[in-house]
Amino acid sequence: MSVAQRELEKPVAVPPQRDSSRTPSAVAPYKPLLLGVAGSLGFLLIWQVFSAIGPVGSHYLPPPTVVFAEFVENLSDPDFWTSVGYTLRAWLIGLVVSSVAAIVVGVIIGSSTFLRRATHSTIEFLRPIPAVALIPLAALLYGPALSAELLIVVYACFWIVLVQVLYGVADVDKVATDTALTLQMNFWQRVRYLLFPTLLPFLMTGIRLAATVALILSVGVELIIGTPGLGQDVALAQINDDAPAMFALIVTSGVLGMLVNWLMGTIERKVLFWHASVRGGVKS
Amino acid sequence: MKTLKSLGYFVGLPIVLIAAWWAATQGGGSFYVPDPDQLVTAFRTVWLGDGFTQDALPSIARLLVGLALSIVLGVGLGIAIGSIDWVRWLLSPLLEFLRAVPSTIMIPVLLLLIGINDAMKVTVIVLGCLWPILLNTIKGVASIDEVQSDTGRVYGLTGIDRMRYLVLPAASPQIFAGIRQSLAVGLVLMVVSEMFAATEGIGYAIINFQNRIDIPEMWSGIVLLGLLGVALSVLFQIVQGRVLGWYEGLKESAND
Amino acid sequence: MTDHQDVRLRVDKVKKVYSRDGKEFEAVKSLTFDLHQGEFACLVGPSGSGKTTLLKCIAGLMAPTSGAVVLDGRPVNGPARGMAVVFQEYGRSLYPWMTVAANIELPLKIAKLSKAERRARVDEALHSVGLEQARNSYPWQLSGGMQQRVAIARAVATHPSVLLMDEPFAAVDAQTRADLEDLVRSVWKRHNMTILFVTHDIEESVYLGERVLVLSSSPTVIQDDVKIDLPDERGQLGTRSLTRFSELRAHVYGQVQIAKTNKTGMVTSRQAAVL
Repeated sequence: MSVAQRELEKPVAVPPQRDSSRTPSAVAPYKPLLLGVAGSLGFLLIWQVFSAIGPVGSHYLPPPTVVFAEFVENLSDPDFWTSVGYTLRAWLIGLVVSSVAAIVVGVIIGSSTFLRRATHSTIEFLRPIPAVALIPLAALLYGPALSAELLIVVYACFWIVLVQVLYGVADVDKVATDTALTLQMNFWQRVRYLLFPTLLPFLMTGIRLAATVALILSVGVELIIGTPGLGQDVALAQINDDAPAMFALIVTSGVLGMLVNWLMGTIERKVLFWHASVRGGVKS
Repeated sequence: MKTLKSLGYFVGLPIVLIAAWWAATQGGGSFYVPDPDQLVTAFRTVWLGDGFTQDALPSIARLLVGLALSIVLGVGLGIAIGSIDWVRWLLSPLLEFLRAVPSTIMIPVLLLLIGINDAMKVTVIVLGCLWPILLNTIKGVASIDEVQSDTGRVYGLTGIDRMRYLVLPAASPQIFAGIRQSLAVGLVLMVVSEMFAATEGIGYAIINFQNRIDIPEMWSGIVLLGLLGVALSVLFQIVQGRVLGWYEGLKESAND
Repeated sequence: MTDHQDVRLRVDKVKKVYSRDGKEFEAVKSLTFDLHQGEFACLVGPSGSGKTTLLKCIAGLMAPTSGAVVLDGRPVNGPARGMAVVFQEYGRSLYPWMTVAANIELPLKIAKLSKAERRARVDEALHSVGLEQARNSYPWQLSGGMQQRVAIARAVATHPSVLLMDEPFAAVDAQTRADLEDLVRSVWKRHNMTILFVTHDIEESVYLGERVLVLSSSPTVIQDDVKIDLPDERGQLGTRSLTRFSELRAHVYGQVQIAKTNKTGMVTSRQAAVL
């Protein structure tokens, strides 16, 4: 079949995939949203009822009304915001430091076959070591301070981002490299025009994964060592037998988590708007 | 010669690092870092002795049970939710929120609700490990190739058969990605819950050693956790290699 | 030409209307035709003529807005036993987690055939398409042409009343396509199958079919029903150089051009270049 005939065969009109002849078309696009809202409200309703008449009792499982009241009350409590600040501080610094370190180390290792092969076994061994194993060490070294939290968060996030950076460096197109070399590009130019764009999607994946882990670990360290932050607040609430406070903090952490997810998603989209169709690095 | 070279790369850096550690701790080791001899002795005494049955086994057992439950629940629910559009839409915002909660924060709550026992620790692990598996399963099931699905319909593939021959295999790469994530989370939760509130377990033991300033013993626990992490990772890769062999092949041939 | 008796497939005033964003789009206006036992019919039409829509309706993958599809006297309300489909995208139709043999066997397992019967049919199907040695390979280990042969084997093994083929050779290279065309004809003869073959390759439709149905562009109707009175024994070299072949091809070509320009009444420069 000739190219011309193939060109001619390009579709004249595009009928839609799904047959939407059942739902009236005004409502159809909002269906997921409406159902989603309905589902969430339904859940809250079930929770409310279960708390009142269920086996656990409303002392240990406060109803949503109580929890949300507590949550709103927190919002006007400066101590609450200080705690949030502490947790976020550890999260942010840990994430940034580990990412920068991972980029530097990753690019250096990734650029040399020898280094890559030599470090492979060490990385594969150190990588699955749970950072939380180091919590007692951190407690010994730093006590209930920011540094303790950072030790854990940076250790964990470093490996996560490093792995992605190594994938990224390995993914640099051979042909593009050869082209760059024939164009007499120097090292920094190659880094900027060749390495960096290839690396970016993988880096974004790594940072997105690390961001979630960083939050989990910050809270975890605060729980155990008592570094100030949301984790410590929850531990205190538990000691004080204050279920509403605990649940309010859980909701807070969930909101925080969603904000982090949203932020990461937005950054990823902004940075990769030109790359969105060529997403690599989903090897998490 | 090639295998010798590979072996060289494999042990090279580790040997260098261990040698450096040994050299640096000549003269008995610092307060924070034991010398190799101390560490090996401590490891042997603790983990190859009583510590094995008292702390290591219960911890590992809880972790495995938690993971198994998460996989069964996550895959089962995931298939159900992923296959039915309106159910997926109904639960989406709720699941998104629940998954965003850092699982460590649930530990004190569950302590209050359930108490210091195995049930609580397993529940913590399940609550943390469920989400990656569930969400990845949903994603995998919801994004099954339309042509694959049509082919199934044409040849009469429905119900259980469809799950078995189409849905599960098609979603399995995504499911395995979820399981890999949950392995890491499970380990974290096992350790943290034992460090926070427990009467036995690896995490409990390590914190205990730290409190009593038994440094080499503390480090031995850290090393054990490292070995556990590596073992889980290797085991996972073996299983994945078996089950997803076709997927590797498919991707490779696509890249040609 | 073989005299076909019973009606295997009846398409009766099938109409398909899509609604999208509140607007209605009539893909298929009214299609009516019969397929008889053992017939090899081709369906040609310009893009946007609802070929795929029609095929999906016949296969039971989609419900027509009105009209009916009847297979062996029974109305088609969903994917029917007795109908097999070979899709264009073989890479996405064969299941990559199963071997070639397992792929062919799957529909037979669903149909609850005995192990012995399944084995026999798989062997026979592999033999028909000449892929006995590939039985334990995975689809992605095979070339495009071989994969499509596996898809054909899978369809054939179910001993279907009607075999639907949706532009099956559009995604393979010309040489492979020629081999596959001859393969389909040999399979058709050997099993005395009833085949509805959708294509946009006009030459292919004339070469393969006993009958070529030309579809208009949407809203689609049957524009022409051309009887292909070429000899039964066909070969790529011989048949295609017959005068009658050229005549038939030109006729179908002309019909397709009319179909294309029917809507706008204008011939675009691209179309003119091929005309």
